[in-house]
Amino acid sequence: MDMKVGKKKLGLKEKYQHMTRGLGWETTYQSMDDVFPFVKYEGIKIHDWDKWEDPFRLTMDAYWKYQAEKERKLYAIIDAYAQNNGHLNVTDARYINAIKLFLNGISPLEYMAHRGFAMTGRQFPGVGARVACLMQSLDEIRHAQTQIHSLSNYNKYYNGFHEYRHMLERVWYLSVPRSFFDDAVTAGPFEFMVAIGFSFEYVLTNLLFVPFVSGAAYNGDMGTMTFGFSAQSDEARHMTLGLEVIKFVLEQDPDNLPIVQQWIDKWTWRGYRVLTLVGMMMDYMLPKRIMSWKEAWEVYFEENGGALFKDLARYGIRPPKWLDQIEKDKDHISHQAWATFYNYAAACNFHTWIPTDDELDWLSQKYPNSFDKYYRPRLEHWREEAKKGNRFYNKTLPMLCQTCQIPMIFTEPGDPTQICYREVDYKDNKYHFCSDGCKEIFEHEPEKYIQAWLPVHQIYQGNCFEEGVDPTAEGFDPLSAVLDYYHLAQGRDNLDFEGSEDQKNFEMWRGMATKNA
Amino acid sequence: MGVAAIKEYSFESADRLENFHGNQLLYIGWDQHLLFCAPFCLPFPPSMRFGDIIDKVLPGVFGYHPDFAKVDWSKVEWLKSSQPWQPDFNKTLAELGLKHKDVLRFRTPGLTGIKGSAS
Repeated sequence: MDMKVGKKKLGLKEKYQHMTRGLGWETTYQSMDDVFPFVKYEGIKIHDWDKWEDPFRLTMDAYWKYQAEKERKLYAIIDAYAQNNGHLNVTDARYINAIKLFLNGISPLEYMAHRGFAMTGRQFPGVGARVACLMQSLDEIRHAQTQIHSLSNYNKYYNGFHEYRHMLERVWYLSVPRSFFDDAVTAGPFEFMVAIGFSFEYVLTNLLFVPFVSGAAYNGDMGTMTFGFSAQSDEARHMTLGLEVIKFVLEQDPDNLPIVQQWIDKWTWRGYRVLTLVGMMMDYMLPKRIMSWKEAWEVYFEENGGALFKDLARYGIRPPKWLDQIEKDKDHISHQAWATFYNYAAACNFHTWIPTDDELDWLSQKYPNSFDKYYRPRLEHWREEAKKGNRFYNKTLPMLCQTCQIPMIFTEPGDPTQICYREVDYKDNKYHFCSDGCKEIFEHEPEKYIQAWLPVHQIYQGNCFEEGVDPTAEGFDPLSAVLDYYHLAQGRDNLDFEGSEDQKNFEMWRGMATKNA
Repeated sequence: MGVAAIKEYSFESADRLENFHGNQLLYIGWDQHLLFCAPFCLPFPPSMRFGDIIDKVLPGVFGYHPDFAKVDWSKVEWLKSSQPWQPDFNKTLAELGLKHKDVLRFRTPGLTGIKGSAS
């Protein structure tokens, strides 16, 4: 008797179909609205989830196989880097402060992105979107973990890496990246996708990753560089997803356009504000520079982003608001940010310093319209004072922007000598902002932002001291009490790079590696 | 416009006056002196005399700047919420009508910061 020959193995496409969309169903015991309670309240209208084009056709088995291979290679390099004391090959120990900024300010966001995509995926009735969110959620937790692993090597030798998780919720400047992501994950699933999937991962991600990864490569940091390359293929997928979300939502219903546009305006501005930290890192913290913040902005935002928004014009999307201000600001924000960390170096978990003469000249050359006129005199004055033993440590707490939570350091568009003040009265209280962008974001959802945990105000409310500390006791030293609360060791984790333990140790260890006794 | 939310969404301000143990917040910025990267946030009781802020508090806050010693307080121009404002140094914050989270700026004509850079 002839055996009946079954159909051959499933093709990739069919297999993908069965293993993803084939697993979904319309619920009947409970209504779909009860099962997916967050999908309508934002006002986005979706008529047909089947129109979702899956941007990458991966099933879990393929995902594991592929990622495991990548991770094996990455960990082999990280191990080799650690065993060979790779940290002593970086350009100089100042570079390590850029890595501190990354571990403290960015890696926890990877973890939040993991949570955000997991929550968002749960809320989408469409299986294609759900699977895409699942994969990205896994990518993000892998990135958090691989970053922690590759950077933990530095924690063995240098200060400021020891409690990034604890510090994220406490240290003043970390409220900036934290509140950015908290804002996104407390939004609905569609806003989260536009905020993180599109505005951050698609429009702004190159401005985050390229500087750090190239910065690592230029400065001899193989570990961080390898992590960056390993993450790159995931990032490409994330960008595709971000774009697919926008196109899908806009094609579903014309009423979605104004909602999506408002989110793009908001999240491009929010993301741009967070990237101030990256601008500062590029212009001041990399001993071997890659390019200036201004140049990076021109290439990755003005050129690439400009082309993207031209493409999206057919959906009725216009470029994000406030680009005219951003255009004027690109000569200034990195300098204003470095001045801020120089001011508040006593309350910080990384070191700051005055650039060397060569570096000042590099800045003059990269910023011919602004640096010599506004910023060089300031830095040179600080340098002179530091030589006299009078290094500036600003001990008075700054006024913060209610939305981005950055101190009010930004100047009026077009007038770099004047701090930009904006304010709003809302329900018997005043709220202050660094810009029209942050003010308008607040005015759109005031009830959300009046809850902001502003570090300065929290300190004055007495909420930033360890339990049992009595702020009314005689001789109470608020700065020292706040440092205890942050778990920062005075004189070790904070203050100027010059004279720091990091500086001394690096010099000594490198000396041992390259010289005889 | 309110927040898009699945149910009623209403909260108290995290920074309302009663959370500051009898103090109110006053923000003070010195125009054209960006050596101080941002304006300052300071807690004071409403009974604080304005002149005491000038004499006893501001030297600790702004004294690092070489221009500070040259400030002639009788010629300083004040702004409250960016509008011209005239303080009476002998009055208290309450008497001057300064409320929680009001913002003051002062200008010192002739003093333009480090080498005229507004620093």
